[in-house]
Amino acid sequence: MHPAPSVILFTSLSGLGFGLLVFLGLGFPDVTGWTAFAFFVLSYLLAVGGLSASTFHLGHPERALKAFTQWKTSWLSREGWFSVAALLVLAAYGAGLVLLGTRWSLLGWLGAGLSLATLIATSMIYAQLKTVPRWHSPLTPAMFLSTGLAGGALLAGQVTAALWLLLLAGLVQVAYWITGDRALAQSGTTLASATGLGPIGRVRAFEPPHTGSNYLTREMVFVVARRHAVKLRVIALALMVVIPVLFLLLPFSHAWAALAALSHLAGVFCARWLFFAEAEHVVGLYYGRR
Amino acid sequence: MTELPASTTRKMGLVIDLDTCVGCHACVISCKGWNTENYGAPLSDQDPYGADPSGTFLNRVHSYEVQPDQGAAQLIHFPKSCLHCEDAPCVTVCPTGASYKRTEDGIVLVNESDCIGCGLCAWACPYGARELDQAEGVMKKCTLCVDRIYNENLPEEDRVPACVRTCPAGARHFGDFADPESNVSQLTAARGGIDLMPELGTRPVNKYLPPRPKDQLEGQIDILAPLLAPVVEEPTGFLGWLDRTLGRL
Repeated sequence: MHPAPSVILFTSLSGLGFGLLVFLGLGFPDVTGWTAFAFFVLSYLLAVGGLSASTFHLGHPERALKAFTQWKTSWLSREGWFSVAALLVLAAYGAGLVLLGTRWSLLGWLGAGLSLATLIATSMIYAQLKTVPRWHSPLTPAMFLSTGLAGGALLAGQVTAALWLLLLAGLVQVAYWITGDRALAQSGTTLASATGLGPIGRVRAFEPPHTGSNYLTREMVFVVARRHAVKLRVIALALMVVIPVLFLLLPFSHAWAALAALSHLAGVFCARWLFFAEAEHVVGLYYGRR
Repeated sequence: MTELPASTTRKMGLVIDLDTCVGCHACVISCKGWNTENYGAPLSDQDPYGADPSGTFLNRVHSYEVQPDQGAAQLIHFPKSCLHCEDAPCVTVCPTGASYKRTEDGIVLVNESDCIGCGLCAWACPYGARELDQAEGVMKKCTLCVDRIYNENLPEEDRVPACVRTCPAGARHFGDFADPESNVSQLTAARGGIDLMPELGTRPVNKYLPPRPKDQLEGQIDILAPLLAPVVEEPTGFLGWLDRTLGRL
């Protein structure tokens, strides 16, 4: 799939933002007043920034509100509802913390739950697609959830939780890569099943419909730079998990924590680039590519 | 609404005969010609006369080589457009309700004034049947020429999809799959029509007729063949001398 910057920014930043909101909603760290204000501003900048990045690739962003109508069937619509609900509930909860210095715990838990639901809904936009076998796996929601929570714990300054969640996110990421590499072959979809010509013999794409590219090949048959996938996986894992964990093991200082968060964010960007660039859409088979 | 109907009264669709298709791309051209100037936004081209032309098409013809275990390879032309699936994954993913499947005839359509151009339906389609128009920013797909098939302003023989009307080989057939007596149902039954990517559970309405088995040119092809065997295996005369001389060099 084409790794569009808008979707990479969207999934990475809003994942981190809603991950942080989960922790803030649960009362970690237990802050009020200006400190709480700073935490909430950071989380809203990430969450809202990510969500608005996702509208950049729309053909008609001015009609984006229509996307709230189909929550019964569409994960994209559900994601819209969960994210707006989470942001509104936590805005009220945050106002209590910042302005009145009171914690409305019930509201916080509700907001944390809605933030978790947002993370899951985002991942299900991809995991629901049978056409991309690499994404069509329970490991996709697991990966989005563990990465979001690890980043959230890191930003929330929860050192112990962040350590364990980062290690978990790393394990899930590696499991996602290992199973993903076999997903297309295991899906059973081949050029033979795509054309129905398998019973006659070995099928080979002889001639494409047009000599040039088209929307489908540009959007769904992105193969550039897959050859660097292994190197990029190592870089992603190092930046996302290994370096932040090392920084967290050092005696705590705000500078180390900031570096750990920045390294983590860079790693998530790299992993998300691979998430899209490595994903093979079955329509590529019709073009003799994957 | 993006909830799929439990069943549709009729199931309009195409039968595409892979045995008959000659790969002339006439259906591609007539499809683009009709649909760029009728239902919905035009089908735009980008850089059409330049170095890197591309454009929106609702129907494209691939060509595949199939090599059997024995005998010569076959070349099979393979037109591909929307299959109007009964369990259409493109419809349910749509966040706005722009994509829908009609209850009365099963045609899958896009209401372009509701489409936000997110492209998720194109991702959900395994067949590459949906293309986001680069000029208009909305999703385009085969409408089964919904503006022809019920159009009483057209002569009756023209009330079929443009691709079917134009096919010079008669490789495309249009009809109602819900009616077991229809031309398309009977063709599908007689020729063993198949679904594309059946493992994905989309239950396509359109069916493809596999190519018929080819003649085998094995063994004797004519009772006179023994009499037609070459009389002289080795060249004689001047050619023979040349052959021997060149061989000695």
